[in-house]
Amino acid sequence: MNPTNLKNRNLISISDYSKEEYLKILDLAEEFEKYPRQDTLKDYVIASLFFEPSTRTRLSFESAISQLSGQIVGFTDASSSSTQKGESLKDTIRTVCNYSDMIVMRHPLDGSSRYAGEIATVPLINAGDGSNQHPTQCMLDLYSIRKTQQSLDNLKIALVGDLKYGRTVHSLVEAMSNFNTEFHLVSPVELKLPSTVKRFIKNANLNYYQYTELEDVMDVADIVYMTRIQRERFSEPLEYEKVKNSYILTKDLLQGSKDNMRVLHPLPRVNEITEDVDDHPKAYYFQQALNGIYVRQALLTAILGLK
Amino acid sequence: MDNKKELKVSAIENGTVIDHIPKDKVLRVVRILGLDESEDLALFGINLDSKKFRKKGLIKVSNKFFKDEEINKIGLVAPNASLITIKDFKVVEKRQVEMPEEIGGYVKCINPKCVTNHQNVYPQFKVYVREGEGIRLKCHYCEKTTKQSEMEFVG
Repeated sequence: MNPTNLKNRNLISISDYSKEEYLKILDLAEEFEKYPRQDTLKDYVIASLFFEPSTRTRLSFESAISQLSGQIVGFTDASSSSTQKGESLKDTIRTVCNYSDMIVMRHPLDGSSRYAGEIATVPLINAGDGSNQHPTQCMLDLYSIRKTQQSLDNLKIALVGDLKYGRTVHSLVEAMSNFNTEFHLVSPVELKLPSTVKRFIKNANLNYYQYTELEDVMDVADIVYMTRIQRERFSEPLEYEKVKNSYILTKDLLQGSKDNMRVLHPLPRVNEITEDVDDHPKAYYFQQALNGIYVRQALLTAILGLK
Repeated sequence: MDNKKELKVSAIENGTVIDHIPKDKVLRVVRILGLDESEDLALFGINLDSKKFRKKGLIKVSNKFFKDEEINKIGLVAPNASLITIKDFKVVEKRQVEMPEEIGGYVKCINPKCVTNHQNVYPQFKVYVREGEGIRLKCHYCEKTTKQSEMEFVG
């Protein structure tokens, strides 16, 4: 398993990689989970360009790089970059390519990473471009699903909450459609999975079932993937108020669920999982966030052609 | 009848006639093909009689022969246009414009948060035609879909 074919390839969207390439990254991430501290990136400088604030993704990337002895240059929000002086994204990227071997970028505009990747002369990993794509989150979701279920094949996955706007859900549906998944979609009517995303399921000749009640899927699912209903998506505060408390996963709801079932969440959580679930053996979301380190180490080293 | 119609816009000796353009899209086609910036002699007509469309637009370009990928760029605005190649005042070839697989430049992405609407980026789209749904454009950058009814032409 040597994903040399990923060398110098940008990772912008989950669709940029094939099923085989996902699996190669997951295998490599497994190795990093065993030995996360190495000096693989000793002679490398990675630019970490966060044009908008992020906690988990930025810290996870920077920790992944530091644990492999790499050097990090960059900024943590646009106000500390030349963007504030009116510099174009194109000029920023061109300049940063002179200082680094690879770029990790988060930017508030949809499509900014694809554009930056076309300009960059070093490989670029998308760490989130607006509401569009966040492929490393999807890779760590796949890693967490495989780790908890031993395989990605033939699983029943319940996706819960904001299925309309949640980019992690869209990417996960696209990626999991490669693995004969049965999808159980739980959302308020207003936040159903868009037909453009359902198309991935249909094109793979797979089935999906739609629900409005969380209780209906708890005894069916191998994975319950909870999501936050995002306040910033609603132009009318009243509309948000109507749906904000639609799904709250409590310890009681876990009774009767399958033994192998695990609860995932891309985080941050607001109130959709009560804190008494955190210490339950079926809660996996904090471990899921930790897995982000190994998956990002796998991606960084594979794209630099070091593994 | 045909001869009479031809005479409304002077005949050309060699070149291309783009026929059956919707009458309100002629200037758009001129711009998409860059005829307003080229040295070639171009003549156009608007509100010409047509059996198919009642009223139509037409463009004649002297000494210019379009490659498929050049002419298909107008597929979005004039999907029923036909291309007539003229040599020595005679029609030597007639073909239909085809919908391109990809287009760029002159359509605005519907997504206000798309990078193409904020930075100096050339917009590019994949073209999809689905039965009953019309033409849809998927943005190369933000991956959002612009429906036919939402298309806004720029430039």
